[in-house]
Amino acid sequence: MCDTRAFGWHERQSVDQVDRLYTVRQRRRVLVPVALALGLVLTVAWAVQMGSVDIPPGTVLRISLHRLWPGIPPTWPPSHEAIILDVRWPRILLEMLVGAALATSGCTMQGLFRNPMASPYTLGIASGAAFGAALAIVLGLPFYALPAMAFLLALATVFVVYRIAGARGGTAMETLLLAGLAVGSFFSALVSFMLYIAGEKLAGIVFWLMGGFWASDWDKVAIALPLIALATGGILLFSRDLDLLLLGDEQAQSLGVDTERVKKIVLALSSLTTAAAVCVTGVIGFVGIIVPHLMRILVGPGHRLLLPTSCLVGAILLICTDTLARAVIQPTEIPVGIITALLGVPFFVYLLRRRKQILEW
Amino acid sequence: MNLRIKGVGFRYDSRKALEAVTFEAVEREILGIIGPNGAGKTTLLRCINNTLKPQVGVVLINGEDVSRWDRRRIARHMGLVPQSAVITFPFTVLEVVLMGRHPHQSLFGGESERDLEVVREALRLTDTLRFATRPVTELSGGERQRVIIARALAQEPDTLLLDEPTLHLDLNHQLEVLGLVRRLTRERGLVTVMTSHDLNLAARYCDRLLMLEQGRVYAVGAPEEVLTPANIRRVYQVEAEITRHPATGMLHILPLASTG
Repeated sequence: MCDTRAFGWHERQSVDQVDRLYTVRQRRRVLVPVALALGLVLTVAWAVQMGSVDIPPGTVLRISLHRLWPGIPPTWPPSHEAIILDVRWPRILLEMLVGAALATSGCTMQGLFRNPMASPYTLGIASGAAFGAALAIVLGLPFYALPAMAFLLALATVFVVYRIAGARGGTAMETLLLAGLAVGSFFSALVSFMLYIAGEKLAGIVFWLMGGFWASDWDKVAIALPLIALATGGILLFSRDLDLLLLGDEQAQSLGVDTERVKKIVLALSSLTTAAAVCVTGVIGFVGIIVPHLMRILVGPGHRLLLPTSCLVGAILLICTDTLARAVIQPTEIPVGIITALLGVPFFVYLLRRRKQILEW
Repeated sequence: MNLRIKGVGFRYDSRKALEAVTFEAVEREILGIIGPNGAGKTTLLRCINNTLKPQVGVVLINGEDVSRWDRRRIARHMGLVPQSAVITFPFTVLEVVLMGRHPHQSLFGGESERDLEVVREALRLTDTLRFATRPVTELSGGERQRVIIARALAQEPDTLLLDEPTLHLDLNHQLEVLGLVRRLTRERGLVTVMTSHDLNLAARYCDRLLMLEQGRVYAVGAPEEVLTPANIRRVYQVEAEITRHPATGMLHILPLASTG
């Protein structure tokens, strides 16, 4: 495939090796995401069968297709249709969206900050959103105001953090981390205060804080889908810039990256993704940290493969854990945030001990 | 192709780093920037490629003001080999050199066959083909430096900026890297500007030297004109003996005592 006439005879072998590596790399960028996308489809197909009511797989399939293609004769009880279409599907779609959003955003933040501890919530988004949600609950606002308040306060938090850190011209990433920590703590204190004065509304806030999918419906899918799809797609466009930023600002700039601009845009997109996820499901931990680390070990540091694979694996992982969460103690369920932490932490510790490169990156 | 620096001045918040620096460099020439610590060598390189924006003066490439260009366009004209460019992520050498193609690629586009061609050539010129498939984190200092030079070449620049390219390298690698820089400068018709602390190496490999003193140009010219005992005493506060090797004719600077 390459013209090696310009190269000396002894160099040809090396050139062939380079070409082979290049081809493998290009192929991997297509094949791995396609394989994972297939995995995601299978995971969704499995998850939609799972639930406290036993519905035969054939019926599940026909009910699901019925909505798209009404020609299928309805031979099932209406209650089954309600379970599949109004309970399971929106819930699975939300799990998928939120998993993808958190993993992509976590991966982006770790790359942007060149810090393995960074997560989607590093800029204080979780605390901001939690305060918004708690405020809505305590004030007794109508139910649809809750995600709106959470979303707005999440974005407001990031904006404040960015302004604090960017006060002196260029944005120092370390300052941004510290500002995120400070503002996050401030909102955490406000959330504690809300809990303290909540009275009989305490349970509502606590449930929201634990994060979960029990209140999934199509409205939430409609809020989350466009935001997460657009922002995640936007981040993917900056994969190459993120790779270069890993080398440090000086090298990135000399290679043609407008570092200030890219950081601003990517931070905004990542925050939008996280805020969209948090406002519909509350704070779900660890997906955003573990998935990117796992993928970095499996596919390497390049964001053009790392971001899409993290996105897909995040979706698969959250669908699996939440399906477990509702299957373990039927008919009740465990908040999925508890499961992600319970399973995620030991796995993370295992990775840390086996592959110390996580801390040496 | 030429590079002209006209009256460039730069100050950090608290102190003046460069003042009225003016010089010109042409293709196939290596211009060495020398001077003691804090004289403004690195600041000058950063002003040239506009990562620092000079408050006064202009940097011109073929008569065009570089400060009006965006970063991508600058990167298509200037390659930078920064001081000890450590890469802590396990990218392969091929990937690192491919990064040099970034300013030639669009937001939506991936790599093209042409990118691979340029990278192959850059790898060959720097003699890094042999370990192109290895992670850059496993290379020695000299190998890594050559990879960074290959990456700068992949940008297809007409100007090559090097910041202390021999820092932390052993004798053998110093000669190897500078020999490479000289060969590339001649063969590819590059304008090369390089800072150095090593006066002997600078004298040997640079066609002209520019001596900075506290942000100002103190002397500029051929190595033997710039590296005089008087200049070195004034700028470095060091008594030095300057001799020529009887057989090779190379300048030799022997520092004798500090007068500072």
